[in-house]
Amino acid sequence: MISCEKAALICNKTQYREATFMEKMKLRLHLFMCKACAGFSSKNAQLTTLCEKAHLKGLSEKEKLKMKQELLKNNQR
Amino acid sequence: MTARKYNERNENMQVIKSNSITFDCDEKGMTLNKLHPDTWVDSYADYLFNYAISRVSDTEIAKDLVQETFFAGLKSAKNYKGDAAERTWLIAILKRKVIDHYRKINSKKGKAEVRMNYSANSDGEGDWLEEQVADPFSSFENDAIENEELGMAIYDCISKLPKKQSMVFTMKTIRGMSTEDICKELDINPSNLWVMIHRARTALMGCLNQNWFKI
Repeated sequence: MISCEKAALICNKTQYREATFMEKMKLRLHLFMCKACAGFSSKNAQLTTLCEKAHLKGLSEKEKLKMKQELLKNNQR
Repeated sequence: MTARKYNERNENMQVIKSNSITFDCDEKGMTLNKLHPDTWVDSYADYLFNYAISRVSDTEIAKDLVQETFFAGLKSAKNYKGDAAERTWLIAILKRKVIDHYRKINSKKGKAEVRMNYSANSDGEGDWLEEQVADPFSSFENDAIENEELGMAIYDCISKLPKKQSMVFTMKTIRGMSTEDICKELDINPSNLWVMIHRARTALMGCLNQNWFKI
């Protein structure tokens, strides 16, 4: 039997497809018995769907750094 | 991120801070909004970029527009009255920039050439009419609008997270980097990373809850 903390960790890993088969089995068993974690798990999965649906696109840290430098250059002028 | 990069960044931030423009608008005793250009890139770049990309659908152009928005913001900082939130004000500038962009590409020079492509991405021949008719059952447009709102809402919530959490979350979720890469770049261990991911996800669930979750 795994703890709720462990279950949450596995649940998060599952969202990024990084949980092993054994871990997923353990999680299933836990969710079967723990309603709180089942609620969390379903919300967590929904969050993943939402993030996928939004087609989020972000800038990398490098691009942001470049932006800052440009902004700085512009500011000094 | 390596230690050297971090230092470089902090130095930049300090220089920006030292000659940043912050206006006191508390003349009437009201707490009005102030501009903090030194935090602009960290706080709003992703949000603005997401807005821009949904309108110009080209990464490079969107990036340029965001950059131009920051320049313009800095330039007209003295016109900022403080009645709108910083981000609303920047979005307003970005809207103008997007319009300007379309004006530019549709300028005289652009109009001189007759551009009548059969379709945007091919020059093949085919049954024009049949392919141009909108599919009445398509939910594509509505989805696009909803997804855009969703994207803005998510960025809104991400910007409320602590810096480190938002960084880890964006790297992992949006840029899809592997756990190892993130750990290496930020110099943290995996369990640390998962704790941050967990906190970020929980916070996001709370933040998005009212509007977007169906329970």
